[in-house]
Amino acid sequence: MATAAVAPPKGGFGYRHPRARLAALLGGPMIWLVVVYLGSLAALLLTAFWTVDGFTGAVVRTFTLENFVDAFTTPAYLQVMARTIGIAVCVTILCLILAVPLGFFMSRVASKRMQPILVAMILTPLWASYLVKVYAWRAMLSPESGVIAWFLSPLGIGGPGFGILGIVITLTYLWLPYMILPVYAGFSRLPNSMLDASADLGAKNWRTFRSVIIPMIFPAIVAGSIFTFSLSLGDYITAQIVGGTTTMLGNIVQQNYVTNLPFAAAFATIPVIIVLIYLAAVRRSGALENL
Amino acid sequence: MHHSRLLKMAVATSATALLLAACGGSSDDAGTDAGAAPGGDVYAGPVGDGEGALSVLAWPGYAEDGSTDPAVDWVTPFEEATGCAVDVKVFGTSDEAVKLMQGGGYDVISASGDASLRLIYGENVQPVNLDLVPNYADIFPDLKDRSHNTVAGASYGVPHGRGANLLVWNKEKVGEAVDSWSIMFESDSPAAGGVGPYDSPIYIADAAVYLMATQPDLGITDPYSLDQTQFDAAIALLEQQKPLVGEYWNDYLKQIDAVNAGTMTGATSWQVIVNGFDPAVVGSTKAKEGATGWSDTWMIAKDTANVNCAYKWLDWMASPEINAQAAEWFGEAPANTKACDLTADPAHCETYHAADTAYWEDVYYWNTPTEDCLDGRTDTKCVPYSEWSKAWSELRS
Repeated sequence: MATAAVAPPKGGFGYRHPRARLAALLGGPMIWLVVVYLGSLAALLLTAFWTVDGFTGAVVRTFTLENFVDAFTTPAYLQVMARTIGIAVCVTILCLILAVPLGFFMSRVASKRMQPILVAMILTPLWASYLVKVYAWRAMLSPESGVIAWFLSPLGIGGPGFGILGIVITLTYLWLPYMILPVYAGFSRLPNSMLDASADLGAKNWRTFRSVIIPMIFPAIVAGSIFTFSLSLGDYITAQIVGGTTTMLGNIVQQNYVTNLPFAAAFATIPVIIVLIYLAAVRRSGALENL
Repeated sequence: MHHSRLLKMAVATSATALLLAACGGSSDDAGTDAGAAPGGDVYAGPVGDGEGALSVLAWPGYAEDGSTDPAVDWVTPFEEATGCAVDVKVFGTSDEAVKLMQGGGYDVISASGDASLRLIYGENVQPVNLDLVPNYADIFPDLKDRSHNTVAGASYGVPHGRGANLLVWNKEKVGEAVDSWSIMFESDSPAAGGVGPYDSPIYIADAAVYLMATQPDLGITDPYSLDQTQFDAAIALLEQQKPLVGEYWNDYLKQIDAVNAGTMTGATSWQVIVNGFDPAVVGSTKAKEGATGWSDTWMIAKDTANVNCAYKWLDWMASPEINAQAAEWFGEAPANTKACDLTADPAHCETYHAADTAYWEDVYYWNTPTEDCLDGRTDTKCVPYSEWSKAWSELRS
């Protein structure tokens, strides 16, 4: 009996210790997520309740709510908040207007052979450095000598120049691929049978688009909008380079983080709150389950 | 069950992280008492053998080791001469420099005047025993014992070089003869729409310099010590300037681009930038009202472990040969009187007004505004730098 023992199941330590296996699998990501991600957010939030020494700019650890009061009661800062949200919304809408026809063309009209090539072309701008692209737009937008101004001058109108419009154009350019990709994927998942059924029931193109296609790709649109909206909300370098005198939320944080870290921290929680509200709204729409 | 375990693990890790974050750096709390006399003992010397390593925090171009341009290298010869292996970290703004220095880990720093007092009172740097820096004797006298490098009779470093912030303008659009900051501040300016102020709280001092000339009854004597009334007047002037502004700049590449494109037509600038402009199109001068400027100082960290290497570095940077190289590479006036004979361009010191004492009389070197007025007034409180910073970010909003 002893000699005829059944061979032990194959597998080593991990097989015999399922918890250790789970720890090995998730340990790294968990530490990353909790310490680096949530930890830094928590540290940020904590810092926001401290104050600084007016003399040296060093952080003093005494509790105060003043930073939040300042951030939410100073008219100039409220204006920046409104402006930043406005810019992020404009960028998202513009991306949407451009991405839906493009995504439709890529997945439904272009040949199977062309599709990967088109996707690659959409992705290529992402290989170039963000800064290079923003500086390229500086050259495009520059009043008088810029490419756009030169193009428009025969019509007797000046270019958009540096300012809010310049920021919106540049950010739209930067984040467009993040909208196109999910929308393209959404169109690709759309079953032909649905469109056929719609046609069989007598719906014309517009009706099909409105009642069948849009509801089907809505989750994809929402996914893309999360990218474009939150990326625009946090951007400050674009505003610095093509914004002229315009400032966004990130610029305020950047201006303050060295001299008044607690205030910068309090201010930096604003985009976090806005994005959380946005995500909550999106979640209610049910779009997150389809990502 | 597994879920709750994971959750516990998560809570435990985040609690540890928070604890670490809360404890980190709390040891230097004692040093942040505002107004306390800056402490630390002066190194008695003598400067002995180097410790073998030196960590340098510097403005770009101040500690070149040949990596930018193989021909520009005064760090390697220093390493060979002293045996101190140098590690250079470059910073972009004074605010950044202060933050890095507060974090610790650096032995010496090239601090501008708007950083030096924060470092001195924050107990991040130690007083310097100038007897141990032989080359200090040759430093221009008008750079010694200034309020940004000397506190209560104790010196905190060795001057490196200086420059004035210049007025530049587009001759085609603004005119040939310009000599006043008024083109940047007055509503009827021909440069309206193309004004380019420096994007930093310290620019409030530029407005104060202009007010010194145009509104003498405000009684400003030092643009870095403004009481509330004077400060409000400066901010009001900057509000008046705002509609004229095309762009604020703090990236000098951005300014070069905008001035060359003809969109920035009246701006504040630095000599090193101006040298690249076409003098037929872009005029430059030190405005008649005077100007802000910078004077940089090499300082030693309070708790440096490499004090001998640090003193060797201070003396090295103050030596005529190296000071000439560094000042010429960066484009500023050297601090050592003997450096002027050693620059590759014999006219360098003349271009940058190194020995022209009169030129510097109305140049107000960047300084750190503090609550105790720097100009010696005791009957009033001045607006500290943290308020400058706040006001600037509101102005820019």
